[in-house]
Amino acid sequence: MTFLTLSGVQKQFGTTYAVHDFNLSAEKGEFVSFLGPSGCGKTTTLRMIAGFEQPTGGTITVGGTDITHRPPNQRNIGMVFQSYALFPNMNVADNIGFGMKVRKRPTDQIRKRVEELLGLINLPDKGGRFPYQLSGGQQQRVALARALAVEPQVLLLDEPLSALDAKIRVALRKEIRAIQRQFGITTVYVTHDQEEALSLSDRVVVMSEGRIEQIGAPPEIYNFPATPFVASFVGTLNLIQANVVDGASARLGLEGQEIRGAQPGAATGARVTVALRPEAIELGETGGSNRLRGTVEDVSFLGSIVRTRVRIGGDSVLSFDQFNDPGLAASAIGEEVTVSFSPEATLILEGRASADAAIEQAIAEV
Amino acid sequence: MTVASNENLATVAASARPAAPRRQRGALWAWVVFIIGALYFIVPLIATFEVSMRSIPLFSAYTNAFADPGFFSSLLYSFVIGVITVVLSIVLIVPTAFWVRLRAPRLRPFVEFITLLPFVVPPVVLVFGLIKAYSRPPLPLTNSEFGSDALLVFAYVVLSLPYMYRAVDSGLRTIDIRSLTEAAQSMGASWFTILTRIILPNLRVALLSGAFLSLAIVIGEYTIASYLARPAFGPYLQLLGANRAYEPAAVSLISFGLTWLAMIAIAMLGRGSRTRIQIGGAH
Repeated sequence: MTFLTLSGVQKQFGTTYAVHDFNLSAEKGEFVSFLGPSGCGKTTTLRMIAGFEQPTGGTITVGGTDITHRPPNQRNIGMVFQSYALFPNMNVADNIGFGMKVRKRPTDQIRKRVEELLGLINLPDKGGRFPYQLSGGQQQRVALARALAVEPQVLLLDEPLSALDAKIRVALRKEIRAIQRQFGITTVYVTHDQEEALSLSDRVVVMSEGRIEQIGAPPEIYNFPATPFVASFVGTLNLIQANVVDGASARLGLEGQEIRGAQPGAATGARVTVALRPEAIELGETGGSNRLRGTVEDVSFLGSIVRTRVRIGGDSVLSFDQFNDPGLAASAIGEEVTVSFSPEATLILEGRASADAAIEQAIAEV
Repeated sequence: MTVASNENLATVAASARPAAPRRQRGALWAWVVFIIGALYFIVPLIATFEVSMRSIPLFSAYTNAFADPGFFSSLLYSFVIGVITVVLSIVLIVPTAFWVRLRAPRLRPFVEFITLLPFVVPPVVLVFGLIKAYSRPPLPLTNSEFGSDALLVFAYVVLSLPYMYRAVDSGLRTIDIRSLTEAAQSMGASWFTILTRIILPNLRVALLSGAFLSLAIVIGEYTIASYLARPAFGPYLQLLGANRAYEPAAVSLISFGLTWLAMIAIAMLGRGSRTRIQIGGAH
């Protein structure tokens, strides 16, 4: 059953659209992420749900009630900020209990609930501490407890982990997801980190320039990007230019070599962008029926994987990943190699110009 | 033992030698500047003290000052007026500065200009304007004691604008008021709750320093109090200076001492407040 809906929501500043025709229906208890580069409108959309920004068009409903024009303090929506936003003049317990105090709940009830939440975020004995006495990760856990204390209908998180160290980020995101599941609370999570969005969410909304590019479950977004922007923004995709030699059989010419795609139908003679995931390519001839020869340009060791860049010729460069193991013989720079992949691993994207623009934008903003 | 440690010292001294002369010269200059600066403040105080001690018997200037009921009554009057001024300017300025920062940042230069006007309009012009406007209907405030007191407070609120606004505004700069306000709003807090429970407590140090400056100005103010014929400390001090030889010096020193006491009290109060640390930046 749909719980949170945004229909035709837009935000216009003068003549420019920060958010354009945003449509989303989230189920009760669903975890939805807004993913995109900075300035794509994801935070503005979140702030419109919270009531901090007024949409210039469209409606927002929660549980069937239209809240589009309600002031933020009458929406019953919990919010967690990137900067934690804990009240510096109050200790942890008072921070968590603030919303309940505002609602004039009895003191006993507040104390009980605060204790319960402190246990939940694994800070049972920190109620008397002040925010500045806590680490960043602890502060954000308190902020989460504070947002949940008033039992909001929807929980909004605005890049909550961006200010934290990589290790704490990973640990805390698991914690956030576990608590969210336990409460069964409908959650919208804003992030520019695709790994965060893919690992946390039931569904991901990829946004660019105020518009929704694609809405889908993480595997769908990763494996079947709907637009060149999604393809370039999510994951590290190889994007190479090719000529369609024969549209009906999906034969593609690439720097004087020929490969076969999985989607027939492109116009013969057209210039297209072919997307290939690094993990779909293998060194040697065992990866599939498509073969390409090239020169190793760079080999980088990334811990569990080794990423190799091979120049096919001209401007076309392919990156591929190999799992690291002690017996792995890495290629030498300058070596002539053959790489292979299956026709199904290729994804033919629309016209060259838009793909180029998407790549440029992704490079500029990530 | 002694020999060994002396050797160690010698080694340390040898390794530190090349940088030492320059550092010493720097320190010397720092002291010279400090002493000149200190003399600038201390000499007038010593001179004032010296004048106050010329009265015979010794310390009689001080005992006379304390014995005069006008001294305490005028000081108390100015202090009460000062406290009312501070409260009123906090009520006026905190919501204004908060709103300008949060919702109307483009108005900031304009509001800042208004708060600086007291530096441009001399108090004598201000008080003449006030008397002219409020000595006749519809608001003949100068006709009553209370009306004149009110007028004095209003004039002092204007005088304290630059100090109070600046203190509050820089206090607001140190906290992430947008996020704090939004966090409180999302938890159901009203504007009044946000101002009284979140913003004011976090501005404690800023408000104290603004309040102190305003209080100091009000207690020493002469022109406006005199033209409004109020029994304030400034006019009392002036009257004393015109009629007595040594007492004004004593009274000046006493008020200086009281000011210092107030300053120390504020420093203590400020230290009692918790350090404000906001990790993580704005968006």
